Amino acid sequence: MGGKIRVATTSLAGCFGCHMSFLDIDERMIELAQLVEFDRSPFTDIEHCGPCDIGLIEGGVCNSENVHTLREFRKNCKTLVAVGACAINGGLPALRNFIPLEECLAEAYLDGIGVENPQIPSDVELPLLLDKVHPIHEIVKIDYFLPGCPPSADVFWKFLTDLIAGREPQLPYELVRYD
Amino acid sequence: MQDFIASVVAGHGYQPTRLMMILRAIQEQYLHIPDAAIAQVARLLAISLTQVIGVVEFYHFFHRTPRGRYDVLISDSITDRMLGKQELMAYFSEKLGVAVGGVRVDGRVSLDNTSCTGLCDQGPAGLVNGLPLTRLDQARVDAICEAINAGKAVNEWPSEWFAVADNLLKPGLLLNAPISGGAAIQAAYHRGLPETLAEVDQSGLRGRGGAGFKTAMKWRFCSEEPETERYVVCNADEGEPGTFKDRVLLNSYAHQVFEGMTVAAAIIGAKRGLVYLRGEYLFLHQKLLDMLAQRRQSHLLGNNILGLGQDFDIEICLGAGAYICGEESALIESLEGRMGIPRNRPPYPVSSGYLGKPTVVNNVETFLAAAAIAVKGGDWFAGHGTDKSKGSKILSICGDCQRPGIYEYPFGTTIQTILDDCGADDVLGVQIGGPSGTFISNQELNRKLAFEDLATGGSFIVFNNQRDIFKIVQNFSHFFAHESCGFCTPCRVGTALLKKQVDKIFDGHGSAGDVVALEEICQLVKSYSHCGLGQTAANPVLSTLQRYPELYQEKLKKISYEPGFDLDGALETARRMAHRNDAAAHLAQIGEDHD
Repeated sequence: MGGKIRVATTSLAGCFGCHMSFLDIDERMIELAQLVEFDRSPFTDIEHCGPCDIGLIEGGVCNSENVHTLREFRKNCKTLVAVGACAINGGLPALRNFIPLEECLAEAYLDGIGVENPQIPSDVELPLLLDKVHPIHEIVKIDYFLPGCPPSADVFWKFLTDLIAGREPQLPYELVRYD
Repeated sequence: MQDFIASVVAGHGYQPTRLMMILRAIQEQYLHIPDAAIAQVARLLAISLTQVIGVVEFYHFFHRTPRGRYDVLISDSITDRMLGKQELMAYFSEKLGVAVGGVRVDGRVSLDNTSCTGLCDQGPAGLVNGLPLTRLDQARVDAICEAINAGKAVNEWPSEWFAVADNLLKPGLLLNAPISGGAAIQAAYHRGLPETLAEVDQSGLRGRGGAGFKTAMKWRFCSEEPETERYVVCNADEGEPGTFKDRVLLNSYAHQVFEGMTVAAAIIGAKRGLVYLRGEYLFLHQKLLDMLAQRRQSHLLGNNILGLGQDFDIEICLGAGAYICGEESALIESLEGRMGIPRNRPPYPVSSGYLGKPTVVNNVETFLAAAAIAVKGGDWFAGHGTDKSKGSKILSICGDCQRPGIYEYPFGTTIQTILDDCGADDVLGVQIGGPSGTFISNQELNRKLAFEDLATGGSFIVFNNQRDIFKIVQNFSHFFAHESCGFCTPCRVGTALLKKQVDKIFDGHGSAGDVVALEEICQLVKSYSHCGLGQTAANPVLSTLQRYPELYQEKLKKISYEPGFDLDGALETARRMAHRNDAAAHLAQIGEDHD
C-alpha cells in the first residue's frame, strides 16, 4: 500500500455512538492521522465513497438508502468492517422487527397521539423502510466484526493499528468483555 | 374453574413434581392454561408463578391461548413429508378453513405441525386431542373434517382411524422370546443381586438410547452412592425422528420392561420407579396403568414383591411435546415439574438425579434386555453381536422401503442386509440414528450396525434416489431450531443461524462464501453447545457436506454475495403504504458491489 491508508466511515441505522467512541482515541487521533486519510465520513463531509482500503460501518440496514450506501462502501472498500452491535445484529433499531411495519408506520404517521394531518410520507426523495432491520452482513459480504455497544476506543485503535501494520487483527479478551 | 383446579391439584397430592400432569388436565379441560389457573396452581403447589409460566410456555402441548375443541397436529417428520404430508396439510387447512398454526374463528378446530409422532411406519400421521391418527390420506381427511364439522366427539370416531399397528416384522434375540411375568425377579433373587449385576456386566449390555454407556456400570455407580433414597427412571421419551421401537415395546412388551425396572430397582436399592412417557404416546397411558395395576395384583409390584422382601412401585409421567426431554437430565427436570433444560454434568444422575437423589435412567429397550439377561444370564446375551457391541439392537425402519416396521438384529449386521430385509432397493442413502445421527451414502452400505461403526438409538430412515438431500437437511435443521430448549446461546442462536443459512443456500440465494460460512456455524454449534442437542444439530449438514460437497457448491451463485431474502419484497409494505412505485422505490437483489 503506497501512501496513506484511505478510510471511509458511515452510520446507517445507528446512533453515531460508535463514531463518538472512535473519537475517544483522543490524542492518538494525531498519530492515526499520520497513517490514514479519511474518505467519505462524517469527519470530512465527503458525500460519496471513492476507492478505499478500509470501510467502517456503524448501524444496521433499515431502509433502501442504507442498502445503497452499504453497497457503495462494499464496492469501494477493500476491507469492510461491521462496527458495533447494530451493524452486527441490528441492535436497538431491530426491536421494531417484532412489530409489523404496517403498525409502526400507522402509529407514527396515522393513529399516534398528537399526529396532525395524518398521512404516510411519500416522496421519491424519501427512502422506503424495509419490513425488517437487518444486520449488514445479510446484505453484503463483511470482512471483520467489531463487537460492543459501542466498541471501546481501544478496540478501534487496536483493530486499525493491526490492520494498517499488515497484521491479522486480534482483539484480546479484555477488549471484548463487557461486565 | 377454581374448584376443578383445586380438585386436580389435590388429586395429585399437592406435589410440585406432578405439575406436568396437572397442567395436562387443565389444558384438556379448558383447551389452554388460563392465567388464573397458572396463579392458582402456583399457589396450591407453593411454587413460583414463573416456574408454572415457564413450564406452560416451554412445552409444545401447553398453550396460554385456547386451541380448538378439536386440536389437530400433523407430524412434520421427514418420513411424513415423504408420504405426502405437505399436500395433505394444505388440503386439511383448506377443507377445515383454518390456517396452519391457527384456530378457526368459531373456536371449534385448530391445526398445527408437530415434531415426529413416532408413527413413521404408518404415516402421514398426526394427533387429534392427543390421540394418534395414522395412514392419513385425502379420503380420511375428508371424513375427519366431516366428523369435526358435525361436532362428533373424538371418542365416537371410528376406531380404525386411531389404529396403531406394531408392524413387528423381524423379531430376534429379545423379541422372539419374551420372558414370563416374574421370571426375571425370581431369577435375580435366586442367583443373588450382586451376582445378577455381575451377569449384566458380563452381558456387555450398553444403553440402548444411543449413547451406549455400560448399563452395569451405571447401576453399580448408583448403588454405591451413600444416599439410600434412589430412583429408577425409564426413558420413554422417544423423540428422535424416525424412532418408534419404544412405542411397540411398550405396547406389546411392557411387562418385560417393567420387570427390567424392578430388577434394576432391586440391584440399586430403589423403592420408586418412574416411566417418562412422551406426550405423543398418550394412547398407551391407560394400557400401561392397567398393566401396572395387574402387576400389583400379581405381587410383581408393591410391598414384599413375590415374598422376596423387595418394595417397589412404578408411576407414569407424561411429557408434553419436547424432544429435549429425551436427554436424561432434562427428562429429570421435567419429572420434577420444570422446563426441560439439561443440567450441568457432573454430577451425573447416578449420584444426583431425580430430586437430587441417585437415579438410574435407562432406555425402554435397555430394561427389556436387562430383564432377559437376568433370566438367561450374561453369556447368553454376550454370545451375540460384536466384541464391543454385545447382543441385539431393535430398529425402527421407515422411509423408502416396502416393509417399514420393527426389526431386531444382532450387532455387526451390515446395512445392506437390513436394506434387503425391509425391501429397499434404489437406495440413495440411509439416515442412521435420526437427525442427530449420521447420513450414509449408498457407497457405504457394507458398514455395520454397532457402537464402533454406526450407532443408533433405533432410527433407521431409508431414502431412495428420487429424494433431494437438501430437503432432508432442511427438514432436520428446522427440527433442531424448533426443539432447541433455548438455555444456551450457542444452541439457541446457533441452530437458528444454521436453519437460516441452510435455507439461504437451498433456496438459491447462496454465493461464494456461503458454504464456508455454513461450516463455521456448524463448528460453533457443535463445539460450544451445552448438551447433545446442540452438539449434534449440525450433523445433517456435516455428514452430507462431507459426502456431497459438489452438490453444495452447485447451489452457489458465481458472485461474491447475495442477500438471503427477497430485498425488493422487503420494501413492499412501505411501497404500498406510501403509494409509490417509482424506480427509487425498488431494490435490485444483487448490487454492483460484488466482483
